[in-house]
Amino acid sequence: MTDTLTSNPAPAIEVAGLECGYGGKPVLKNISFTVGRGEIFFIIGGSGCGKSTLLRHMVGLHTPTAGTVKFLGQSFTLADTAARRGMLKTFGMLFQSGALWSSLTLRRNVGLPLEEYTTLSRREIDEIAGLKLGQVGLGGFEDYYPAEISGGMKKRAGLARALALDPAIVFFDEPSAGLDPVTSRKLDELIRQIRETFGTTIVVVSHELASIFDLADRVIMLDRAEQGIIAEGRPRDLLANSRDPRVSEFLRRGDKPL
Amino acid sequence: MSAPPETRNARASAKVDGDTLEVSLAGSWQITEPRPSWPELLGPQNPARVRLRTDEVGVWDTSLLLFLSAAQEWCRGTGAYCDVTALPEKIRTLLAQLTAAHETAVPFDRSENFLTTVGLATQDTLQKGREISHFVGECVLSTVRLVRSPRKFRWRDCLDEMQQCGAMALPIVSLVSLLVGVTLAYTGAIVLRQYGGDIYIADLIGLSMVREMGAVMTAVVLAGRTGAAFAATLANMKANEEIDALEVLGIPAVQFLVLPRLLALAVMMPLLALYANALGIFGGLAVAYGLLSIPGTAFWAEMLTIVDLSDIATGVIKALAFGLIVGLSGCLRGLQAERSAAGVGRAATSAVVTALLFIIVADAIFAVLFNALGI
Repeated sequence: MTDTLTSNPAPAIEVAGLECGYGGKPVLKNISFTVGRGEIFFIIGGSGCGKSTLLRHMVGLHTPTAGTVKFLGQSFTLADTAARRGMLKTFGMLFQSGALWSSLTLRRNVGLPLEEYTTLSRREIDEIAGLKLGQVGLGGFEDYYPAEISGGMKKRAGLARALALDPAIVFFDEPSAGLDPVTSRKLDELIRQIRETFGTTIVVVSHELASIFDLADRVIMLDRAEQGIIAEGRPRDLLANSRDPRVSEFLRRGDKPL
Repeated sequence: MSAPPETRNARASAKVDGDTLEVSLAGSWQITEPRPSWPELLGPQNPARVRLRTDEVGVWDTSLLLFLSAAQEWCRGTGAYCDVTALPEKIRTLLAQLTAAHETAVPFDRSENFLTTVGLATQDTLQKGREISHFVGECVLSTVRLVRSPRKFRWRDCLDEMQQCGAMALPIVSLVSLLVGVTLAYTGAIVLRQYGGDIYIADLIGLSMVREMGAVMTAVVLAGRTGAAFAATLANMKANEEIDALEVLGIPAVQFLVLPRLLALAVMMPLLALYANALGIFGGLAVAYGLLSIPGTAFWAEMLTIVDLSDIATGVIKALAFGLIVGLSGCLRGLQAERSAAGVGRAATSAVVTALLFIIVADAIFAVLFNALGI
């Protein structure tokens, strides 16, 4: 990961003119932004504004109708199947529900990406999986099945799986959703720790103000009516300086701007 | 003693004053109680102005608003002036909100003309056809990839599925095939006894079980049992984003989830069909012995005069094809499912229907094919 970073000065993510939609109906238009390496970047906005849609189009779960997404300088949207598969190794994703494979233990869940992309032996894979689970505070739960652990633990296990291949970028889709404030805060701390330890670029989709102000280096705010970005910058700067009432209202937790 | 006005039923009266219709509402207006209707109150009148009053209204809720809104709508439609100045402020505010809700409602016309319906149905059918061929193609390509690197195949999952769809299905397959053999024997006996050809019951049972019924009945049982389970499992995984997690990791869902299930069914179906053949023949033999007094050895000897290895191979080939159909239908419908609880149910139902349809179609094709080949 470090080699790639030093040899390639391009930003971690470049999104240019992205247009997202479902069934021919546009949800987002002309989305352009960049995310620097090692940055914690939040995509924020009210419910239904297209935050998760943008994320799903960025990681290739849906095909954008226009525009490009580049990871570490390489176009992901225009890449052929083989190149795209290679690029998938550069990022990990934590889904809203954790999305652990229910028929596999946590160890196997975390180990599966390693089985797919490496030639490591089973013993080595198990060792790495144990290490990753330990990093997210799930040491000792390696042989548990997803149904046997709590929601917060599922998210942490999902994060361990996302980190299995030591990706340069990790995407989080609503990491705090369904978690109590204490567990949510612990997850935030974990995200910060990952960035500080590995220099990982973090992209988070969220509308949790506490996480946004606590973690985000920079945010973009999406708006449903606008079908695009209405603000970009540091959250505290936006709170202090934004003249857009939609931004101030959102960042003040629904209070009308003064 | 009469009740106080506000507790009595909702009432409306209209009085004509020049070109103005003075509408006075009274009583208790509640949505759970009957209320007067605006068209009935209006009758054939066509006033230029309507004045609404609610001075004598006691308890009220949305019921009152609906009436007032209907009056306003009528006025708007006919160009009459609707005077609401006599209404209390609270009611006027709510009425304005109701009117605004009507005006801002996004019209969504779901009615379609005949040509649009036909066009959409054609597009949908073509799309489904494309999806099926894409899915089958992907399965073939994944199989080729796996043959090249079998280390990637999930043998453990495959063995688990074999146990689930094979060993665990034995009781139901046993019961169904035994009863099919018994039923065939009883039905055949009615005709054969009339012509003194009792012994040919062995031929009837042997040939129909081995060539047809063993494979078909096993496939029907597995379509309902295993195909539906495959669809429900995959649909549930889709709803839980587990399939997305595979895709983001670059692990093809077909390779990871579909191929182990397909191989399990491809191996177990022929075995189960052979087992079903044996049970069905045993059921027929039992009836032949009990009903027609044909000894077991005679039944067996007669059956072997007509049933040969090619017949058994016919049944096994069919069973293999049916197994693949059940597996493909279950997995396809599971992967196509919507991300909801209802989607899981629909996927399971659709998997069974699709499997049964294609089993019958494939059986007919096999019948023609084997006949043409003289097998």
